[in-house]
Amino acid sequence: MTVALAFDAGLAVLVLAAAGWTIAARETFAAVVGFVAYGLLVAIVWVRLAAVDVALTEAAVGAGVTGVLLIGAAAQLRGTEAAAERPGAALRVAAVVLCAAISAGLAAVVAMPSDPAPTLAPEAVANLPATGLGNAVTGVLMAYRAIDTLLESVVLVLALLGVWSLAPDRLWGGRPGPGIQPHPDGVLAFLARLLAPVGIVVGIHLFWVGADDPGGKFQAGTILAAMWMLVMMAGLADAPPISRRWLRLAVIAGPATFLAIGIAGFWMADGFLAYPAALAKPLILVIEAAMTLSVAATLALLVAGPPDRRPLP
Amino acid sequence: MADVLVAAAGFMLAMVAVGLVRILRGPTDADRIMAAQLLGTGGVAALLLLAAATKMPAVVDVALVLALFAAFASVAFAQGASGSDAGDPEATDGA
Amino acid sequence: MILALDIFTVLFVSAGAFFFLAGTVGLLRFPDPLTRLHALTKADNLGLGLVVLGLLPRAEGPLGALKLVAIWLLAQLAGATVTQLIARIARQGPPPA
Repeated sequence: MTVALAFDAGLAVLVLAAAGWTIAARETFAAVVGFVAYGLLVAIVWVRLAAVDVALTEAAVGAGVTGVLLIGAAAQLRGTEAAAERPGAALRVAAVVLCAAISAGLAAVVAMPSDPAPTLAPEAVANLPATGLGNAVTGVLMAYRAIDTLLESVVLVLALLGVWSLAPDRLWGGRPGPGIQPHPDGVLAFLARLLAPVGIVVGIHLFWVGADDPGGKFQAGTILAAMWMLVMMAGLADAPPISRRWLRLAVIAGPATFLAIGIAGFWMADGFLAYPAALAKPLILVIEAAMTLSVAATLALLVAGPPDRRPLP
Repeated sequence: MADVLVAAAGFMLAMVAVGLVRILRGPTDADRIMAAQLLGTGGVAALLLLAAATKMPAVVDVALVLALFAAFASVAFAQGASGSDAGDPEATDGA
Repeated sequence: MILALDIFTVLFVSAGAFFFLAGTVGLLRFPDPLTRLHALTKADNLGLGLVVLGLLPRAEGPLGALKLVAIWLLAQLAGATVTQLIARIARQGPPPA
């Protein structure tokens, strides 16, 4: 058994054990901690599978942002946890059977592929020089399947609208969150003041490097969102009221730019979302920059939640 | 040489596994929050060794993001476990 | 020359692994959340520093080496500050339900 195989086997056992513990945990808080640990371990799994872009997204979204979201939910549910109903035995058996069937199906598909395994990877890499990019994943996201990415960016805005619509009418336009008391000399403020600039630099680095190496707008936007959330958690800045125009412009900047360049493709190139040959990479970079801003604003606002405080008159 | 580095990464992962078993069992909330920090150092060490072993410099970026988000998740857990008062360790009001 | 650098890497990575082992043993054996936190933060961060030192010869140029050191500094910052927050929670217990 080679060293690499032993490492992969150990990692697989560890990931399964972490997942099993998360499901079996008694308290919500413990389960969320287990879930974040599981997410960070799965990022290492993606690295072993040579999918570095996915590893970056898993560490950022799957562990970081989702963990914060679940912790907020767990904190809000803490008072009612003891009184919640537990599902009955029949429902639990049905859930186990369904999950086992899906897992067996996926394992069968992966372990016994048709020969040769169907893949478009060689064509994707071969056509990459026409887009001017070096990273095949970015090429797929922004050039070959740009329509999917455009629709996903619109879905993010719709999700934010859905979260905002949970607020009662009288609070519409107010600030989300309870308004944290800042401790200007405290440890958390110190950490936020030092970590936020570092995070912003890392985010911009990942956005810029995403054209040729693993990275890209989504990971960069998530890091920027996390830094804004950190600053809000430390009380150094308050959550903005959702009626502010700059906030709403930031949220729609990405999808709007994407759509505008897509429609301009009718005049400049063959059709919707087609890039003219010479301008492909600059246009893609412009779209990515606008999308980074939008993803950052939207994710941070999604986690902040619906407005909780009455807007000032 | 690459085998030595992968073996070292495996050792780090084993340490993380043993640590996780102890931490996640820990009776108090403070014990469990340490899981994020354990992965922030042990997981980062394993990833850096893997990056050198497989000669993929992009994996160093993953280690950077992992360290950043382990810190971020720890702060979020500390806030969730203690309400919004986690900023000042010297505060005695309500402690 | 290459052999000397390889020996340097193996030496420092082994030292780092030893300190990770020490940190994990402390995590298992110490009686108190605060002492466990101390073992986790101090020993593991030192282990990470030694691993980074050992990997410096294999980095991709001076910028790659700088990135490795920056990761270690980030882990130090996170460890130093988050430890204070966790220790406060360990001292005052969970919030009232």
